[in-house]
Amino acid sequence: MAFNNTDLAAFKDVWVFCEQRDGKLMPTDFELISEGRRLADELGVDLCGLLLGDKVEGLAKELGGYGADKVYVCEHPLLKVYTTDAYAKVICQVIEELKPEAFLIGATNIGRDLGPRCAARLHTGLCADCTHLDVDMGIYKDFLHEASTLDDARIDGLNTAMVLGEKHDVSRDLKMTRPAFGGHLMASIICPRFRPTMATVRPGVMKKRPYDEAKAAECQIVKPSFELSEADMQTEVTEVVKAAKKLVDLIGADFIVSVGRGISKDVEQGIKLAEELAAELGGVVGGSRAVIDSGWLSADHQVGQTGKTVHPKVYVALGISGAIQHKAGMQDSECIIAVNKNETAPIFEIADYGICGDLFKVTPMLTEAIRAAKAAK
Amino acid sequence: MDFALSREHKMLQKMMADFTEHEVKPIAAETDKTSTYPAQTIEKLFDLGVMGLCVPKQYGGAGVDALASAICVEELSKQCASTGDIVATHNGLCCAPILEHGTEEQKAKYLPMLTTGRHVGAFALTEPNAGSDASKGQTEARLEGDHYVMNGSKIFITNGYVADVFVVFAMTDKTKGTRGISAFIVEKDFPGFSIGKHEEKMGLHGSPTAEIVFQDCIVPKENLLGQEGKGFKIAMMTLDGGRIGIAAQSLGIAEGALAEAVNYTKGRVQFGKPISKFQNTQFTLADMQLGCEAGKLLTYKAAVKKQNGERYTVDAAMAKLFCSEHAMKVTTKALQMFGGYGYTKDYPMERMMRDAKITEIYEGTSEVQRMVISGNMGL
Amino acid sequence: MKVIVCVKQVPDTSGKVAVNDDGTLNRASMETITNPDDMNAVEAALKLKDETGCKVIVVTMGPPPAEGMLRELLAMGADEAYLISGREFGGSDTYATSQIVAAGVNKIGVEKDDIVMCGRQAIDGDTAQVGPQIAEKLHLPQVTYAADIHKEGENITVKRMLEDGYMTIKVKTPCLLTCIKELNQPRYMSVGGIFEAYDKPVTVLDYEALKNDPLIDASTIGLKGSPTNILVSFTPPQKGAGMMLEGADMGTCEKLAGILAGKHII
Repeated sequence: MAFNNTDLAAFKDVWVFCEQRDGKLMPTDFELISEGRRLADELGVDLCGLLLGDKVEGLAKELGGYGADKVYVCEHPLLKVYTTDAYAKVICQVIEELKPEAFLIGATNIGRDLGPRCAARLHTGLCADCTHLDVDMGIYKDFLHEASTLDDARIDGLNTAMVLGEKHDVSRDLKMTRPAFGGHLMASIICPRFRPTMATVRPGVMKKRPYDEAKAAECQIVKPSFELSEADMQTEVTEVVKAAKKLVDLIGADFIVSVGRGISKDVEQGIKLAEELAAELGGVVGGSRAVIDSGWLSADHQVGQTGKTVHPKVYVALGISGAIQHKAGMQDSECIIAVNKNETAPIFEIADYGICGDLFKVTPMLTEAIRAAKAAK
Repeated sequence: MDFALSREHKMLQKMMADFTEHEVKPIAAETDKTSTYPAQTIEKLFDLGVMGLCVPKQYGGAGVDALASAICVEELSKQCASTGDIVATHNGLCCAPILEHGTEEQKAKYLPMLTTGRHVGAFALTEPNAGSDASKGQTEARLEGDHYVMNGSKIFITNGYVADVFVVFAMTDKTKGTRGISAFIVEKDFPGFSIGKHEEKMGLHGSPTAEIVFQDCIVPKENLLGQEGKGFKIAMMTLDGGRIGIAAQSLGIAEGALAEAVNYTKGRVQFGKPISKFQNTQFTLADMQLGCEAGKLLTYKAAVKKQNGERYTVDAAMAKLFCSEHAMKVTTKALQMFGGYGYTKDYPMERMMRDAKITEIYEGTSEVQRMVISGNMGL
Repeated sequence: MKVIVCVKQVPDTSGKVAVNDDGTLNRASMETITNPDDMNAVEAALKLKDETGCKVIVVTMGPPPAEGMLRELLAMGADEAYLISGREFGGSDTYATSQIVAAGVNKIGVEKDDIVMCGRQAIDGDTAQVGPQIAEKLHLPQVTYAADIHKEGENITVKRMLEDGYMTIKVKTPCLLTCIKELNQPRYMSVGGIFEAYDKPVTVLDYEALKNDPLIDASTIGLKGSPTNILVSFTPPQKGAGMMLEGADMGTCEKLAGILAGKHII
């Protein structure tokens, strides 16, 4: 193999793939740059963005404002629109040349197409759809104390891992934590023998840091050389179509009113009542998997393990039983309000406030009460 | 003795359970409420080869056994007894007698119609004055040259107003009682054939039941099924097989209701605990489970005996009698567990109970089954 | 022409999921199913078979009981099945798995007008990595998140879903497509198919059968061939229950609105 990626010492810096669509950066770029900043500091290395496109250099400085020391910009007409062929070719070239030790990619539909293709070509490990990343052992252990049911002794003993029969010190490895089995299990993954360590990171999970004007000005722009030609292209994108319908921005919403199977008695009315409550709160409507699978709401409304992960200020669950898949996507909401006919519904176990009753009766009253409470302020 | 289903039968059971869960359950309440024939479901069952599944491959069927047939009806009936009824009738009461008693020409013409041709079949024996006693039938068929002229009417005909092909029993010689009955294959487009009143029933609302009327109906001579005067025998043999279908249907109703009851009682909390934790509930559920298991053994045994070419008249009667009475018991007791909710249309129990009742009546009442069983005891 | 569909047998996480005391999954207590996205891939292949009469081959890597799943896919209408199974393959991560499956696909043989299909991701791991990694190992172009597939000769047009719309992508055979649930509604097994399923060929590919493939050696398969290691797995703690409000009337709603207002939430 021409590319020796087992010499770990030869690799340094944390890289973030900064996805652009139609010449605009994606929200995940800022989330990952913000998170990458912390990891780079913990490792004592630089944080670098990797931006591919056609005439995209102008976007680079903004990435600096969220923490990038440097942005590698690769420009080419064939990089204007994402294709697996062109992007994987260019990215693998610059990685082989510049040797980052960690490479983060947003787990968007594009990131999850690109990441595995590159990891397979580079012969390295990729952890999919991560929800937590750590280098520093202290911070990692604090996270486990809070987010796991592991006992203290077990957590304290996690300084090493058995790798091919030998004890391996994990203190400088990127510890990539992700849910599996529908959120029932979490696992922390390491890539101890190969570099770069690669992770795709779930959108909406990492917190964006405040924009820093001075840091943006300092950000260095570097244009690495690469080869790319028509001969590399095995696929052709003939059109890119934005969804005509307005997409629900569940991830950014402060208030979400979600409906579940409980609306089945009168789907139209159930959704209408949820929309009215959401409008009063200034939020949006979401739905459980059952609602999306039944075709009552489109897939972009789905909250949960297979849908979106949200953490609004208030999450109202109407007629949602609270299957673990659903909880996985909303249990970190600041305040959860549940309305359900069934008093044993598991949603009440995680709700801050529960009302056991018929959503068709309770919802309009709740909308009215909130309107009145706001007016009284 | 091996009580295990073959791997193919297990796979069939899984497929039918899957189909029932996703295609039948979601529309069962609506089918009942609006008394709508589940046409799309039946089309899908044609696609899967469930309609006419016992018909040999050469005539377009799947060529599988009576046990497979019973499993299909059982699974469908767990969520919708109407759908189970339509399938049981098509397979057991129309395809089966044509396959077993038809000439090569009749089989070659009608069996492909009833499988790949997607024509629904029916069976017409009962008349206003001839229910359990078929010898008092008034429908007559008179031979005139190359055709029979049929007059009379049949009632309570399952698939009545959707079927294209009917196996009809009529008197060709009234003086001979049951020995004067003959069987015919009648198409709905034959001149003089018409659909009478659609029945409004207590349950089984998705199963299309109608009266059919023959007014100088012209039935070609070659559509005589079996020999003249052998109709009663054909009817009885067909009903023996049909009873396995009704046993499977009742078994499905009972199993479906039991599953609903188990699910509900585990979630329903009263006096501080789920009602499934009360021994009274547990014992009742245990009896339900016991009956379902016993009914399943009786039904599957009758099906296997039929398949093996053994005499199974008494087995089918016992299976049908036991399962139908058990379905009635289970649905009644399960509804009680649901309390007031069970009496509402928000839950499926009241529908299941209404649907269960017919199984004690049609294709031979419980009394007729007891006659069959006791008649074979040498009393 | 043929379509090779890579499938996986997974625990049904939509039902009850049991976790052992040590934080591992209690697989024995769970039903197994064919991974849902893989079913869409199988259906897409069978549709192509309906249209063109092409052959459909299903292939999986898993323990011997995975044959049961393959038989069900044969009952749906697939023509042949391959089961990649061997102790040597155990402990593989997505990288090693894709090496092995790619070697299995090589054994079947990918010709000029063939298509390889996968589901987008499996519900047990949810990684969505094995499809693209098989494509890389087979040097095939890939199109992921396929929501619509049209084939005309060697030209394939795919509607590839994005979060905010879609792309239309043209690719030539041979290629690899990963399928999502929007693509189609998987068919049921047919009665005839079920009773023929056990007469169709299922070939087991063990280590011996695949060891001569250049993709297969000790450093690329199993635990040793996996670049990633699990440091620890754990179960998340349950969030504690909050407050059940009395009643479900206007007074209840007013009380709740009052609490939210008091906390400056609204």
